[in-house]
Order: sequence, then structure tokens, then C-alpha cells
Amino acid sequence: MTTATFDSYRMPADWRDFIALTKPRVMTLVVFTGLCGLLAAPGGIHPVLAFTTILCIAIGAGAAAALNQWYEADIDAKMKRTANRPLPAGRMDRQSALHFGVGLSFFSVVLLGVATNWLAAAVLAASILFYVIVYTIWLKPRTAQNIVIGGAAGAFPPVIGWAAVTGDIGALPVALFMLTFFWTPPHFWSLALFVKTDYAAAGIPMLPVVSGEVTTRRQIWLYTAIMAVAAMAPVLLQLTGLIYGLTALLGTALFVLFAFQVYRHRESDQSRMGPERRLFKYSILYLFLLFGAVVVDRWVLA
Amino acid sequence: MTPEEEQQIRARQKSRSLVTGLILALLVILFFAITMAKIGVSDAI
Repeated sequence: MTTATFDSYRMPADWRDFIALTKPRVMTLVVFTGLCGLLAAPGGIHPVLAFTTILCIAIGAGAAAALNQWYEADIDAKMKRTANRPLPAGRMDRQSALHFGVGLSFFSVVLLGVATNWLAAAVLAASILFYVIVYTIWLKPRTAQNIVIGGAAGAFPPVIGWAAVTGDIGALPVALFMLTFFWTPPHFWSLALFVKTDYAAAGIPMLPVVSGEVTTRRQIWLYTAIMAVAAMAPVLLQLTGLIYGLTALLGTALFVLFAFQVYRHRESDQSRMGPERRLFKYSILYLFLLFGAVVVDRWVLA
Repeated sequence: MTPEEEQQIRARQKSRSLVTGLILALLVILFFAITMAKIGVSDAI
């Protein structure tokens, strides 16, 4: 269709593009960590309300993703990885994305408040605002430490899940928040090492672009050290038992080993970034493993 | 606007309406279940 760009504002966007706008694949991780926070919390919650909580976390994450793409449409257009998203590809107008994102945000927060409690809803609202305003609008285009602070947005789900059950925020969800928070830099920067050219083209100050690849490797190593402390904190503070303790010990040891290999590696050719790809892939498995272990641990001990 | 374009727009609108209707129907069921859970009539839901 040669008139696509001229006529696209009249053509209603396909409903599938609204689904794509919510980044369903990224959602799986926050749904999982949210579910673990909910399952690890003491006391019970009605299964329908548990389902609603997870649904609200998923919708909230989708809303944040939609608002992120509404704001970054021009940046996404410059990167190969994101150029085919609904907005940069011209399949949807920006205002639809904005309305969709704002609508979903309000809906998820109000539904969570009505179904469970307003503390959980407030944390969900804070996480959406944090992702959109603090990360997307404020920090991402300004500082190379953007994803460190931005990672906090992704660390909220276990706190929301826990608060939905108990109505408060305990030490364990805070520990899980810290784990996810310090896990984000090594996870994301290992990816940024092997997709560097894309971020450079879009003018996003990712650490490898601004400070170079060697600094990025050192920072990955430093944040991994802090993450290792955060990973062991739940068992050292006796918030969990030995099932989590052993899983965390072995899982973190492997993470530290992979991060050390990335730290020592000297390579700028992106086709030869073996250790970096390995750390990135393992980091996802690692988070699933540790959160799963928290739940198993709490259920076996209970 | 050519007839083909209009036809295409109508098809998009129809599929969007169907999906919206389906989501609304699911929300009716969800809100009913939440209400039942909140007033504690049944733990079987």
C-alpha cells in the first residue's frame, strides 16, 4: 500500500497491534516474580483474588510498555530491533497508544485496589509511573546509569504480590526487590554489549556507548558482587530456609563465574561475544530459579 | 476513499468490536467472581 503513511491515521489499528504494544514476552518475567511474591506471603488469598492480582500486574506492565512506546516512537524507528513495532512501522497512530496506555494504567490500579487493597494498588501505580516518568522520560535519554534506577520498576512485582495478600510490605519482598534491582544491570548490560551498534544509532546513552566496553565489563562485575549479597540476604536474615539457601548459593556461584568471564573478556567484535550471550541467557534462568526456590522453600517449611 | 479502503476499514472495525465484546464478557465473569469471593458466599468459585 503506497499511501500507507498518508492514510494510516484514518485506518484503525489492528487489535493484534494493541496486544503487541503491551510486550507480552517481557510480561512473563514480571508475572512470574509477582506470582512468587504472592505465593511466598504468609496467610491465604482467595484464588479468584490471586488471579486478579496477577492479571493487574500483567495489565500494569502492559500499560507501562505501551506508554514507553508512545514516548519513544521516534527512537524505536532508528533501531533494527524495534523498527517494526506498531508505532514506528506506522500501523498505529501515537494518540491511540497514549489512550490505550493511560486507560490500562487506571484500569489495572483501580481493579487491584477494589479486589485486594489500596497499598498493593499504590505500589502498582508507583511502578507504572516510575517506569514511564523516571525511566523512559527522565533517565534513559540522559544518563548511562539509566537502567540501574529504571530496574527498580521491574523489581516491584514481588512487593505488589506480597502486599495483595498481607496488606503490608515485609522484609522478604524488600529482599526480593533488592535482588531484582541489582540483577538488572548485569542482565541488561550483557545484552547491551552485543547489541551496542543499535543503541549507538538511536543516540541512547547506553553504558558501552558512553563509557566504552571495558568500563561496562567492570560495572557488570561490580553489580554482580552486590547482587550476590542481595541473593544471599534472605537466607542469612533467616527469611527463608536451606532450600532457597542452597539454590541461591549454587545459582549465584555460577552467575559470578559467568560475570567474571565477561569481566576478563576483551572483545569488541559482536559476533564473538560468547561469554556475554551466555551471561545474558543464564541471568534469565537464574532469576526464575531463585524466585521459584523462595516459593518452594516457604511452602515446604509451612 | 476508495471502496476497497472503506471495506478494509469496516473489516478492522468489526474485528476490533468483536475483541472488545469478548473482553467485556470476560470482565463481567471476572467481576462476578470477585464479588462472590469478596462477600464470601462461596469458596468453590
